[in-house]
Amino acid sequence: MTAPANVTFRIRRYDPATQQPPAWEDVTLPYTHGMTVLDGLRTIKETRAATLAWRSSCRMGVCGSCGMFINGHPRLACNTQITELGTSLVTVAPLPNFAIIRDLVPDLRPMFDAHAALMPHIIREDTTEMYEPTGEYFQNPHELEQFLQFTYCIKCGCCMAACPTVATDPAYSGPMPLAQSHRYNADSRDGGFHARKQVLATERGPWKCHYAGECSQACPKGVDPARAIQIMKRQLVFDYLRLYKQPCPSKVVAKPTEIKRRADVPEAPAATI
Amino acid sequence: MRDQRLWTWHVLAGLVILVFLGLHMAIMHLDVLLGIFNPGDPHPIAWANVVARAKTGFFTFSYIVLLGAALFHGLYGFRNILFELGPGPGVKRAANLVLTVGGLGLFVFGAWAAWAAGTLARTL
Amino acid sequence: MLDNQGHPNRLGIWGWLGGGRWGFERYLYTLHRLTGLGLLCYFLLHIFVTSARAFGPEAWAASMARVSGPLFVVGEFLVFSAFAFHAVNGVRLVLVELGWAIGKPIEPIYPYRTSVHEQRPLALGVMVLAGLIVLAGGLDFFILH
Repeated sequence: MTAPANVTFRIRRYDPATQQPPAWEDVTLPYTHGMTVLDGLRTIKETRAATLAWRSSCRMGVCGSCGMFINGHPRLACNTQITELGTSLVTVAPLPNFAIIRDLVPDLRPMFDAHAALMPHIIREDTTEMYEPTGEYFQNPHELEQFLQFTYCIKCGCCMAACPTVATDPAYSGPMPLAQSHRYNADSRDGGFHARKQVLATERGPWKCHYAGECSQACPKGVDPARAIQIMKRQLVFDYLRLYKQPCPSKVVAKPTEIKRRADVPEAPAATI
Repeated sequence: MRDQRLWTWHVLAGLVILVFLGLHMAIMHLDVLLGIFNPGDPHPIAWANVVARAKTGFFTFSYIVLLGAALFHGLYGFRNILFELGPGPGVKRAANLVLTVGGLGLFVFGAWAAWAAGTLARTL
Repeated sequence: MLDNQGHPNRLGIWGWLGGGRWGFERYLYTLHRLTGLGLLCYFLLHIFVTSARAFGPEAWAASMARVSGPLFVVGEFLVFSAFAFHAVNGVRLVLVELGWAIGKPIEPIYPYRTSVHEQRPLALGVMVLAGLIVLAGGLDFFILH
């Protein structure tokens, strides 16, 4: 759309020190070229409402701090251009499905607690090798492809805000913890499927996912948590039907001892210092 | 551990229902187009047709399998919707009890009716 | 360290609807639930109505007479339509939720082509097939009888 002259930010304010419920506050700013929602919030804090609170850090879509509910969709504020919204009225609210600490700051602890409960780390039996490595774990590109997409998660919480089950059920883990659990299940270096299954087979597992697909549509990094969850469901169902065999975790590759320089690669020049 | 098992059976029951309920719907509601298993009368629910089907072991068996699968599938789905509304543990225990006992009761009644209809049909 | 609980902010049941903002699959999810509940209610009554056949032809005729009015015919057509949608969408859900119809994990390169886009043709096919079955049923219910 063509850039508007002015942009009105309708911000959901909430101060826990007062006894007032959350309420909207309107601020109109002149549009500047390339303005994002985060730019607008910073200008508002600098010039109009010094008490406005939100989380942000990298301002380039890699840290996952600035997830907010912008014009009815969970998005990253730093990644959302005003012009892409198609309107000059920008509604900014904290991410839904999380308690509000203050203004635009959600309480993400339930998401991180669920995440930690699903053991999002490599689990192997050879712990000595893990902590005192003698070589690398072998992994070919095909094995990498099985989980690479799910490693791009920046834990912003947008998928949790979009999920219809998270909207009503506090016991459900949510798309981010489940997708990250699958990221480790699918990693060929990991041997922890049966350990994670102890949690995944309960009500905290993926059973309340009904493929509304909104987590994948909301994700700003293309992680596609819905895909991870469905693949994980298949593995768990086949495991119950005793048709699933977890592959052995990757072997250690010994360090090469005989390294010969290729004939067509020249030697480096002599050191000068 | 239960949820993994219950969900797997929910999906398997769904597939069973697809086959048997599909057949049931075809007999009952696509009868003019397809005309299957209604030997006695043009109307699928005429007594002659009911007797003809109840006499066969295939239909008695199919009705009982369909009854069991549909009760499990439907009541588990209802339980899912109920539990996703975030009730307390007391409500969950009560719901589990009511749905299990109610479901089993309905299954016993329905299976008896199918078997009794078969016995009655064979005397006619 | 935070010691307050924070202001509650879950969307609740409105989170199940969310229509208009999101994709096609959200409507299918809500419709699948509604048709499931409708079919369950019908089914529980159906067990009692049809068990009359165990008690002889007079009991059967009485039971069938109770459910033969014009309102019941329309109601049964709605049940048939609900079944058509729920069954065909259910097949789609089996294919999707067991991870077959959603495509392989890929490296995300913007613009992202998610699993939702991969299964969109299947979702549309499901709706067309359900529509055809409903039409066939409607033909049988209202025109040929």
